[in-house]
Amino acid sequence: MTPRPDNILCPTEAGLYCPPGDFHIDPLRPVPRALITHGHSDHARPGHGAVMATRQTLDIMAIRHGEDFAASRQAATGPTRIGGVTVSFHPAGHVLGSAQILITPDRGPRILVSGDYCRTPNPTCLPWEPVACDVFITEATFGLPVFHHPDPLVEAGRLLASMAEFPDRPHLVGAYALGKAQRMIALARAAGHDAPIAIHGALQPLCDYHVAQGIGLGPLVPASDPGGARLILAPPSAFASPWVQRFRDPVLAYASGWMTVRARARSRGIELPLVISDHADWPALTATIRELAPQEVWITHGAEDGLLRWCELNAIPARPLRLVGYEDEPE
Amino acid sequence: MKAFARLLERLAFTPGRNAKLTILSHYLHDTPDPDRGWALAALTGTLDLRQMSPSLLKGLAAERVDAQLFALSYDFVGDLAETIALIWPAEPATGPEVSLSQAVSLLRETGKLSLPGVIAGLLDILTPPERLALLKLATGNLRVGVSARLARVALAMGSPRSVDEIEEIWHGMQPPFLPLFAWLRGGPLPPPVAAPFRPVMLSTPVTPAELAALDPADHVAEWKWDGIRVQAVSEGGQRRLYSRTGEEIGAAFPDLLAAMDFEGALDGELLVRRGDDIAPFADLQKRLNRKTVGRALLQSHPAALRLYDMLTWQGRDLRPLPLTERRAALEAASLDPARIDLSPLLPFTSWDDLAALRAAPHAAVIEGVMIKRRDAPYLAGRPRGPWFKWKRDPMVVDAVLIYAQSGHGKRSGFFSDFTFGLWDGGDLVPVGKAYFGFTDEELRELDRFVRKNTTRRFGPVRQLAPKLVVEVAFEGLNVSTRHRSGLAMRFPRIARIRWDKPAAEADRLDSLRAML
Repeated sequence: MTPRPDNILCPTEAGLYCPPGDFHIDPLRPVPRALITHGHSDHARPGHGAVMATRQTLDIMAIRHGEDFAASRQAATGPTRIGGVTVSFHPAGHVLGSAQILITPDRGPRILVSGDYCRTPNPTCLPWEPVACDVFITEATFGLPVFHHPDPLVEAGRLLASMAEFPDRPHLVGAYALGKAQRMIALARAAGHDAPIAIHGALQPLCDYHVAQGIGLGPLVPASDPGGARLILAPPSAFASPWVQRFRDPVLAYASGWMTVRARARSRGIELPLVISDHADWPALTATIRELAPQEVWITHGAEDGLLRWCELNAIPARPLRLVGYEDEPE
Repeated sequence: MKAFARLLERLAFTPGRNAKLTILSHYLHDTPDPDRGWALAALTGTLDLRQMSPSLLKGLAAERVDAQLFALSYDFVGDLAETIALIWPAEPATGPEVSLSQAVSLLRETGKLSLPGVIAGLLDILTPPERLALLKLATGNLRVGVSARLARVALAMGSPRSVDEIEEIWHGMQPPFLPLFAWLRGGPLPPPVAAPFRPVMLSTPVTPAELAALDPADHVAEWKWDGIRVQAVSEGGQRRLYSRTGEEIGAAFPDLLAAMDFEGALDGELLVRRGDDIAPFADLQKRLNRKTVGRALLQSHPAALRLYDMLTWQGRDLRPLPLTERRAALEAASLDPARIDLSPLLPFTSWDDLAALRAAPHAAVIEGVMIKRRDAPYLAGRPRGPWFKWKRDPMVVDAVLIYAQSGHGKRSGFFSDFTFGLWDGGDLVPVGKAYFGFTDEELRELDRFVRKNTTRRFGPVRQLAPKLVVEVAFEGLNVSTRHRSGLAMRFPRIARIRWDKPAAEADRLDSLRAML
């Protein structure tokens, strides 16, 4: 009898579990064996036994959690045999090192775990790659038809336009330390901002790592000693801390897909919302499902109900996994 | 339409007045006619469009979007126009941009029945930000925190004309304001209109110590009535009632307009008056911000005018004359006593006399006293010296801080917006919010207090341990059904931080109720 998808991968309290391979994917609590899609802290937690991920994700986990973040680690290279399945890692276009994980059993359906993914070109990571599969496990962070992320370069242009309109006000951009911050810097560079950009101390190690990986970020200076830098990047949590008080009359900006929704920006006191996301928006989520044409779609974290309804309207078999513990879009 | 959409978005998210002015003046400078004129009309409430109801909008969306997906999205976004702008399933056209003028003329000229179809057609070719701007126009609800006054200040920036000059001619202007923009660039003065607004003379606050240096004999005094300062103009057969910022509010006051049987421009206080009794401000509030007013309200809340000054009379401009001469002319004028009377001058020979009157006014609707130099002409704006306001001491309560939220702009990163409460049994009931009254140093101390005493977080709001007492000063108190306490303060601010006072000794809700 051909195994059903549930025999190959199933949701558990610790996250997605593969019985024939005896491993979890992006587990929410310490497990003996973990495969990690990318380095965001809600997906890449410390304390597992053995960890397999891309070389860059392993490096990022070591930077964030220390060299002893797991008992042992293995960089994903080509297809690898684990127990009764073969696993392979494919670029997800989300952040540096991010991957989709394909599980190929000897018999039965191939399951692709997308992790978080994005199809908009991003100079800080490899582009998303289509992978043939029978079951597609998709994120649904922006799984409502209101989410159409605009061209990120246009958004960067809005930032520079505001800097030109308010030359005396420092512009503080909230951006998550892994991925968003470096992409924001790359976008500002692409939009024509050549001057030094000041970064909050929490962003330094990962910016250094991106540069070491050959991703040009241009001149960066510490926000503690910004010199004449008028563009400052910080993790959004810094906006609620006294750290902000050193800047005189700043324009607070925030780079996130959530900035599409005005109430989200308003409740955070953001003056310049920048809709820049490293997740697939609604058109990309639905186009990807059509393109991969899997037999079945499983929907993880985010707005499952919206994507589920779309699958129903398009007669695509789908079910929600209702995994708890992943953030909407981490900060 | 793109620039207008950007303008609305920037204004909506920009809290600071100066930053708003910068954005607006740049827009007005950079945008060609007639688009900027239509934008100005939309911002100043002078654009009269047929309006789309929310149910009509929902109907439009229902034709294009699955009901369940729409409901999920609306629930998430929370604003109908915004949801529709974002969810509208069309790729923006690549053709030429739809200008604001084109959109406005479509909205103006389309009949009620064809309006939904026209709006759907526009939504099909606009980008999401433009769609939102269109829907905000079509629902008559921009909500960007720009007053008509602010828009006129922005017009004056970078122009050789002053905002006072702009206000003088504003009311003759129609959108898209082409003669106005030409004049702002130095072109000819547009032809005068009947019954124009004249910029109002305003007062500055004064302290007893400052008064002591002045000679009482050089001054007159009168009550400061707690209504709305207005300018009633009846000239050349045209009658208009203006607020002190030059907004025309006459439509809500046909009873008063009917009584304005004179030829001139008068300065006074708009009040609700029943016989000799002046009603509380809350009664006047019922008459404000209406496009029309029903017969019942006209009967129950009759409007009246109590005059302070005379600007023009029977074709003559009295503003250059000394106050005493203007007052004499005002007293000699024949006016409808049922609706219009004079604010009486107060008898006093020393500042102490006046202090005694101020301390015990005969009516609750008196905010304090006004002190005016006898020899002063009527000057536009707020010159320091000729007119002073000496307000009654504010009411105060000792309240406990219970929530805090961080501020914007210069207060970024500081908790500066506070909700305070009073005791009701063992509970603290929120009674108001205050954003100012403290010094920069006190702001830093309050910020430190908030960070050390946060007990819970609700998004950007911090709940505080009920420890810190503040003396809240306010100018008045109204009954309110919108607040849990049933009371609403006017102009509350933090007068003093009572680091010394235990929270348990703060005032009780009952004592605030007793001030009503």
